[in-house]
Amino acid sequence: MKITRAICYLSLLLLIEWQLAVSSARAMHISEGLLPFPWAVAWSLAALPFLAYGLYRLKRMAAVDLSLKPLVGLLAAFVFIISCMPVPVPTAGTCSHPCGTGLSAILIGPGISFLIAFAALLIQALFLAHGGLSTLGANVIAMGIMGSLAGYFTFRLLRIFRVNLGVAGFLAGLLADWATYAATAIVLTLGIRGEDPFLPLLLKILIAFIPTQLPLGILEGAMTAGMVILLHKKRPDLLVKMRVLKASEVSA
Amino acid sequence: MKKGRALGIPFLFFLLFLVSTAGLGAGEKEGPWPGVDGTVVKKFAKEQGREARPPVINTDQGDLLLFLFLLAGAVGGFAAGYYWRRLISEKSLKLNKESQR
Repeated sequence: MKITRAICYLSLLLLIEWQLAVSSARAMHISEGLLPFPWAVAWSLAALPFLAYGLYRLKRMAAVDLSLKPLVGLLAAFVFIISCMPVPVPTAGTCSHPCGTGLSAILIGPGISFLIAFAALLIQALFLAHGGLSTLGANVIAMGIMGSLAGYFTFRLLRIFRVNLGVAGFLAGLLADWATYAATAIVLTLGIRGEDPFLPLLLKILIAFIPTQLPLGILEGAMTAGMVILLHKKRPDLLVKMRVLKASEVSA
Repeated sequence: MKKGRALGIPFLFFLLFLVSTAGLGAGEKEGPWPGVDGTVVKKFAKEQGREARPPVINTDQGDLLLFLFLLAGAVGGFAAGYYWRRLISEKSLKLNKESQR
């Protein structure tokens, strides 16, 4: 039993390592120096209040209930790994990565999800040549904030209408991914357009994202739904504690 | 059979749509399986006259980046496994012990 578990962990580890190693750092984050300095500063300033809110939420949660620490740790590792994992999309012949912020926002709330994304993006910008320090604020806005908010509110809205847990998780993951790339397109367009009109360039960038991000969003939706359903089966009490489910839904 | 067809036809159209849009993002491809940063982000930035700078800590040198990605994968994978175990297995054991009492 122990050997089987060890083999499972090792296989998972090797699979993750292989996925990370097969392609070099070629994915979505906006690279160092692509945005003009005023825009880079503006996006960093815009991200600050969200990160402060995230810190406040984390402090409050730690003061009330330390038992959620493993969940925060798991989600931080999950977001870090999959947001720098280039996934090949055969229909487009290109690679890109999921974000994971939809799932983290559903399970732990958008505030802490902002912080998790910030930490993941900071490590990637510092050591993995993935994104950049000057564009960190812009990437946090796109992946951390827009992804988390889109995932969280989609899930909550669908659950109000009593949509099935798996379907709500799927659509939340899907929209979190697409919102991230839509936000990236907007941030990039605003930064690079110069004197050119905004909308035509934005449309061009959005259309260029479609072949890769359309299927990848579906993959992210499936991953999010799978994780929510798995936790529902294994730790329904945790989902109740995080207000993902009502206690009556678990006992029913 | 009907259910299979009802699911299969939209799926076929979806696949056709994906294949037909495949060229939309492709600019000057750097080789097989380029990232969307090259085909979309950097491509449009270059067209608008902006080029990416090397990162502040430039680890994209030789096999250094490969090493760092492997290290990140190992550490991240270990952390994910460790917290998953704490969250799921240890909690189940605790619950089992409590129910036996």
